[in-house]
Amino acid sequence: MSGLTPGFADPVPDAQAWFRALLEAMARPGRIQRVAALPQAPAPLAPAAAAVLLTLADAETPVWMDAGPGAEEWLRFHAGCPLVAEPGAAGFLLAAGAMPELAALDAGTEEEPHRSATLILQVAGLETGRGWRLTGPGIGTEHRLSVEGLPGGFLAAWAANGRRFPRGIDLVLCAGDRLAALPRTTRIEGAG
Amino acid sequence: MAYVAVKGGERAIEAAHAWLAEERRGDPALPELSLAQIEAQLGLAVDRVMAEGACHDRGLAALAIKQARGDLIEAAFLLRAYRTTLPRFGASLPVETEAMRVRRRISATYKELPGGQVLGPTFDYTHRLLDFALAAEGGVPASAPEAPAGELSMPRVTGLLAQEGLMAPEQPSEAEPRDLTREPLDFPAERPLRLQALARGDEGFLLSLGYSTQRGYGNAHPFVGEIRMGAVMVEFEPPELGFPIDLGEITVTECQMVNQFAGSKTEPPQFTRGYGLVFGQGERKAMTMALVDRALRAAELGEPVEAPAQDQEFVLYHCDNVEATGFVEHLKLPHYVDFQSELEKIRLLRREAGGE
Amino acid sequence: MMMQAARRRWMGVLARADADAIAARLAEAPALPRHVRLRGPETGLVMTRGRQGGDGAPFNLGEMTVTRCSVRLADGPVGHAYVAGRDARQAELAAVIDAALQDPARHKALLAVVIEPLAEAQAARAAREAAKAAATRVEFFTMATMR
Repeated sequence: MSGLTPGFADPVPDAQAWFRALLEAMARPGRIQRVAALPQAPAPLAPAAAAVLLTLADAETPVWMDAGPGAEEWLRFHAGCPLVAEPGAAGFLLAAGAMPELAALDAGTEEEPHRSATLILQVAGLETGRGWRLTGPGIGTEHRLSVEGLPGGFLAAWAANGRRFPRGIDLVLCAGDRLAALPRTTRIEGAG
Repeated sequence: MAYVAVKGGERAIEAAHAWLAEERRGDPALPELSLAQIEAQLGLAVDRVMAEGACHDRGLAALAIKQARGDLIEAAFLLRAYRTTLPRFGASLPVETEAMRVRRRISATYKELPGGQVLGPTFDYTHRLLDFALAAEGGVPASAPEAPAGELSMPRVTGLLAQEGLMAPEQPSEAEPRDLTREPLDFPAERPLRLQALARGDEGFLLSLGYSTQRGYGNAHPFVGEIRMGAVMVEFEPPELGFPIDLGEITVTECQMVNQFAGSKTEPPQFTRGYGLVFGQGERKAMTMALVDRALRAAELGEPVEAPAQDQEFVLYHCDNVEATGFVEHLKLPHYVDFQSELEKIRLLRREAGGE
Repeated sequence: MMMQAARRRWMGVLARADADAIAARLAEAPALPRHVRLRGPETGLVMTRGRQGGDGAPFNLGEMTVTRCSVRLADGPVGHAYVAGRDARQAELAAVIDAALQDPARHKALLAVVIEPLAEAQAARAAREAAKAAATRVEFFTMATMR
């Protein structure tokens, strides 16, 4: 308890700014968003990933995370969210280490596909202008995004996730203070 | 095509709001009402707004009453709307009404009972004659007399009956109750969900329903086993502490109605209870809530469900005055297109009936 | 466990006291070190629960406003407060005092100068109310003796 650090400096405006950035990221897949207001999150939480969790998680959203006891205590203290051991039981997931299997997460139902899980994945780097070719809703013709540090089978797993539409997982990629989102409708071609 | 967006009312609306503000303040030569005055001197209105607004905060309820110019349903609406802007920290431990610091406690079933009959600050036994001394203003009443309180415990009357095996016991349970503020009603609604709906339900509607059960619409033979009003501690267990702490005391009113039950194949003849619990000092509301709670238990006790007060859907869908006022008052909104089609239809029918 | 019961008590006393009363007592106590806010003060809701029939299954009675605050004193201990109502100043003072009371060097003085007088005032108010209630207790006598 004595290692606790503050969350957002100004919780309401900071969370609103991050929420706006998340909306923007989901509406324009693959475009990088940054917000100046960063929380003092304990390692290994990246600032952007921590900010997304503070913005989205509350007492009614079960969260799964693999960032260790310090990060868990910090998140539970500031967001008041229940932490679950089973990835499939979570509404939001934070993966700082190995990516959980997408097929094992809550993909919602045909009637309520919006009640699916969102995976917040910490990666080593995010750059636009090169790498993957993204297409789909929210992208005019195509958008280029390069992601560093994804596991080997990612593209196959993402393609399988897309085939479940309207069910499926949405993905938020975070590197340091930057984030980009891949909603379930985004198609990926080429090498990251 | 029920509603059409219509532009052009902005200036009229602004002027209407300005006039409302002026009317709310009234004659500026008179001193303005403070929230502290409303809290202190219109305390029962504050309590009613907290109960029906389903949010305990005396200051906010007083503000809502001031803003609503004393319209208590509008005030409950304002309070309900405000509470949606606040985060939920969690749920309290169930309040222990047996440990209440009692200001009033009466029983209509036993004259002598442990802890005694404590009248408290009640309207009962007043003559209901207008007191023109209050119109004169300026008087501070003499302080109420005091007497040695002793260390009296006040066990529940229902407990006394249960000791004799004559009262159907409540099943001990720690089941997580469903929450109306998070998921809409569905039926059949279990008793905890019904009690939540009744606790925030309209006092007038529930009063009439409770009255109907006494007049023969529903097979009720109620007695007030006990009414108690006073301060209860609200305890909450913050996850970062891992043990419960006191948040503070709130005033609640509790009513236990004792009803005869003829028995069934599996249950012997015994008494059953209807339960009422409300924020603040709200005795009439607690009593009617208890009457309606008991009426709504008809189905689970194997009694015929025949009267309005026993019909879950009828009672629970219509007891909420914020929902009711929303749907009734929406009739004021423009229905121009709706009505045009009705007009067309009536004209057509009349032409046809006229046999052109 | 002893510590937990004692902490429960002082947190309860602070939750029942208003900000002015706490500040007035604190002014008499040795000065406290600076603190940083870890969370809040922020106002939210706690769903208040009752039990059906008074002793049965829990049900949701309605929400209440609650203000919470967590602070860390410059020299280490973390304090928490959750208090009924919307008084941010009360919550922050209560959290600071909760932190300081966990420090053995400050505990005794703070307890004597802040907590005990507040607890006594609360007990006196409760006793006065109980005495008024007692004055409205009905003393039945039987009609037979009046014949």
